Order: sequence, then C-alpha cells, then structure tokens
Amino acid sequence: MRKRHIALICYFVILFIPIYWMINTSFKSDAEILREFTMFPKEITLKNYVEIFTSPVWRNSFINSIIYVALNVVITLIAAIPGAYAFSRWKFRGSHHLFFWLLTNRMAPGAIFIVPFTELYYTLHLYDTHLAVALAHCLFNIPLAVWILEGFMSAIPKEIDETAFIDGYSFPRFFGKIFFPLVAPGIGVAAFFAFTFSWVELLIAKSLTITDAKPVVVTLTVGIGAEGVKWGLLAAAGVLTIIPGALVVYFVRNYMAKGFALGRV
Amino acid sequence: MNNRAVLFLLPVIVIMSLSAFIPLITVVNYSLHYIFSGSMPQYVGLANYVEVLRDPEFHDALTRQLVFSTMVLAVEIPLGIMIALALPRKGIWASISLVLLGIPLLIPYNVVGIVWRLFTQSDIGVIPKVLGFFGYAYNVALDPIDAPLTIFILDVWHWTPLVVLLCYAGLQSIPDAYYQAAQIDGASTWKTFRYVTLPKLRSVLILGVLLRFMDSFKIYSEPLLLTGGGPGSSTTFFSLFVSRKAESYELGYAGSVSMIYLFIVIVFSFVFFQIMTNIGKGGQTK
Repeated sequence: MRKRHIALICYFVILFIPIYWMINTSFKSDAEILREFTMFPKEITLKNYVEIFTSPVWRNSFINSIIYVALNVVITLIAAIPGAYAFSRWKFRGSHHLFFWLLTNRMAPGAIFIVPFTELYYTLHLYDTHLAVALAHCLFNIPLAVWILEGFMSAIPKEIDETAFIDGYSFPRFFGKIFFPLVAPGIGVAAFFAFTFSWVELLIAKSLTITDAKPVVVTLTVGIGAEGVKWGLLAAAGVLTIIPGALVVYFVRNYMAKGFALGRV
Repeated sequence: MNNRAVLFLLPVIVIMSLSAFIPLITVVNYSLHYIFSGSMPQYVGLANYVEVLRDPEFHDALTRQLVFSTMVLAVEIPLGIMIALALPRKGIWASISLVLLGIPLLIPYNVVGIVWRLFTQSDIGVIPKVLGFFGYAYNVALDPIDAPLTIFILDVWHWTPLVVLLCYAGLQSIPDAYYQAAQIDGASTWKTFRYVTLPKLRSVLILGVLLRFMDSFKIYSEPLLLTGGGPGSSTTFFSLFVSRKAESYELGYAGSVSMIYLFIVIVFSFVFFQIMTNIGKGGQTK
C-alpha cells in the first residue's frame, strides 16, 4: 500500500517537473534565464505577462483561438447529437460502414489535408476566417463526438423513447424534456474532447489562417524561429494557453471517468 | 424509419463531406498527377506511388515511425494500466488525481514542444544540467540518439495520462463483487488481475491502443519545435515527412505518401481491432 503511494507521488512529480520549469521560467527575466540555473526565480518579474497582455497581437490571437474553438464545439455538437441518436436507435443498411468510415477520419493525418483544405476554403471565400478552422477541426471532432455520444445513448433503454411517444410526447419535446437531460453527461464529455482537440491542434489551424483568425498556438510558434528567442515571453504565453484547458478539466472532472466507462467501443 | 435516420445523419454527412470527403478525393487526385507550379497537372497513373515506394527517404521515415509507434504502445499501455491501478478509487484524492492527469492532455501540442524545449535546451534546460552532473553530455539538438529518445519520452509524458484516464474509467465499471468472488476463490493478485481486471478493461484498452496508435502517427509540432526533424533526419516522423513534401510543393509525391499513410494506419488499426476484440472473447461472456 505504501509503496504504491510513493510510486504514484513520484509519477505526479515527474509529470509536473516540465510544467513547473515552464512556470518558473515565465517569472524570470531574460537575463536570469540565460545567466544562471535556478530552480526558483531570484527576482520574480511579471514583465513577460505584462508584455503579452499589452500586445494586441497576443491578445487578438488568444481571442481568435477561443472563438474558433467555441464555434467548433457548437458545430460538432449540433451535428453529432442527432447523428449519434440515429446510430444508437436505428440499424439501417450501411450503418456499420458509415460508422467505420466516420472513425477512419479520426485516423486521417492532418498533414495530408492541408493543401486541399487551403484550396477548398479559398474557393468558398472562408480562408483566414474562424469558421474555416472550426469546420476543418470537425474532421476529427465529429467522429469522436459521435462515438462517445453513441455509447451514452445506447446505454439508455429504447423503452424510454417508446413510453414517451405512447404518452403523446412529440419528438422535439421528448428530446428536450426527457432525452437531453439523460445524455447531458455524455454531451459534457463530448464537448470536453471537442474543446481539447480543437484547442491543441496546430497544423490545420496554422495553414488556414494568415492574420484575421490567427490562433495563439501559431503566434507562439512564430516567436521561436526569430533571432534571440525570448524564452521568458514564450514560457509565459505557454502558461496562459494551459489555463483555459485546466479550467475545463476542473469543470468536467466528475463526468470524465463516467463518460469513458459508458463509452462503447 | 430509414428516412428519419437519413435526416438525423444529414448534418454529420454534410460537414464530413466538406471537411473530410472532398479533401480526401482531392488528395487522391493529386496522387495520380505530376504537378508543377505554373503548368497544367499531368495525369500519370500510379507513377507517383512507384516513385514513393522506391524512395529510400520514404523507407527511412516509415521505419522510424513504426519503431516509434511500437515503442509508444509498448510503454504507454502497461504504464497507463499500472498507474490506473494505483490511483485512489474514491474521495478528494481521486478527483485531484483526475484533474492533474487531465492537464498534460490539454496543453496545446506546440506548447508541449515549448515546455520540452525549455526543459531540454542545452543552455537553459534542466535535463542537460542533471545529466551533465552525471557526466553525460546530453544535447537534443545535435545528438542523433538523444533527439528521438527525447521525443519518445516527451510522448510518454504527454500521452500516458490519456491511457490512465481510460483504464481508470474501465476499472470504475468493475463491480466489487467480482473481486470478492476472486478473493473467496483464493486467486493471487496476478491471477485476479489477469482473469478479472484485464478482460473487463478490454474495451477501454482497444480504444486506448487505437487512439495511441493513430495519434502517434500524427506527431508533428513536437519534433518540429524541439529538433526541427533533425539532427539529420533522426526525428523526421511520418507527418513531418509528408508536410515537408507538401510544403515544397511536391504535391503528387505528398499525395501518394498520404494515401499510403492512410492505408497503413487503417489496416493496422483494423488488425489491432480484430485481434483485441477476439482476444479474451473465448470462454468469457461480456
């Protein structure tokens, strides 16, 4: 029992050393970062954070990221909820094939889609907009959301639907009043994953945006190639990009494990 | 009923056509043409595929990727199971552990690259200092063994929590009665694990193996930021290889590599899926 706890604590320490190092670096001045090796900043400076908050480039790219991630979550759920319902309730011809085809898109590498995406969204006059990134991210988010939601919905007995219809519920009313509350945890989990994967994705977001919708993950990367990398600034920006994710994790923590447990494979 | 199903699936189908099907067809189309900027693409049949399959660069990238993915699965899955078994089941510590485990998963991929760049950079990082103390001259940018090994450790660091979360969820769904029964039967710890826990974890493990396998092929921003695919090409994994080709506008070649890539991933995933659903099916009822 003891040994197990020690091992677990060691694991968490190892897990957080790199993150701690980034937080540590973000509070140091550039001079201190390069001059000496300190496990704790000698003089804590907020200079790096101030620079990010006062720079319109950083601020806008943060807002851009949040906009397209939110859009993506909304689109994903609007499409995936009815889709998953159809898969869980009706076995129709080709449903298995369709389901597997959806999943293969989850496997598809982002790298191969860059050029076609660019051409497609250029033709649709969506290039460099939030909507383009949000739609493109559906490539991997819709399959996953359908998968998760289908698992949750299959766990709800069909009899519930039938009883409701016999009781004279119309379909929209049944869906809103009865079904929706039952699958709410599943929707939470699906939204969480859609958020995660859209928030962390770089390759597609980068290739579909130039300036107007440039996400924060790209702004971060640009800083790296430049001469005399500003490590402190980069670290501070890194810390800030972790915060939204950490907040989301905190809110769905109770559903996370439950969601996986119900998810069908 | 059928019409209704179609209606419900319509949004999924429309969006997926736009963001998956049409682009995929475009890639197939590229792969069958010679494309030079400024001139009309020329249909060449399977010539691009032949070129790719003969290209030693492609062989290297593929071998490197397969070794990497195998190592990822071999380490992350067992480690994930062990950690999930060690986690507290209930109470405040369980919640805290889950939140902590979720955090690495929510760091944008390139920020992961930055975290590790700061961590391993030869002049400011922790790793070179610590290893230097033990007399090992670690250099992620120049050493062709340190570089891929660092990316591998990075991946284990980044993605093991996902496997842990999956397994943890699987463990939660096993009723206590199963363990009590095993205890009454006098099963050893190992036997309990092998015959009670593992079969019950089957479905989450399938998901875990598939996700990790598919996603290990997608590793892109981390090597790009940490090592730039080098030194030499020691960390040019498959996605990086494909996107380099696409960026240098060798679209026919990149298209063919992409199709081969997709083929490999789908075939492997399908085989894994079959094997893992069939293992443990014999004799056990679900």
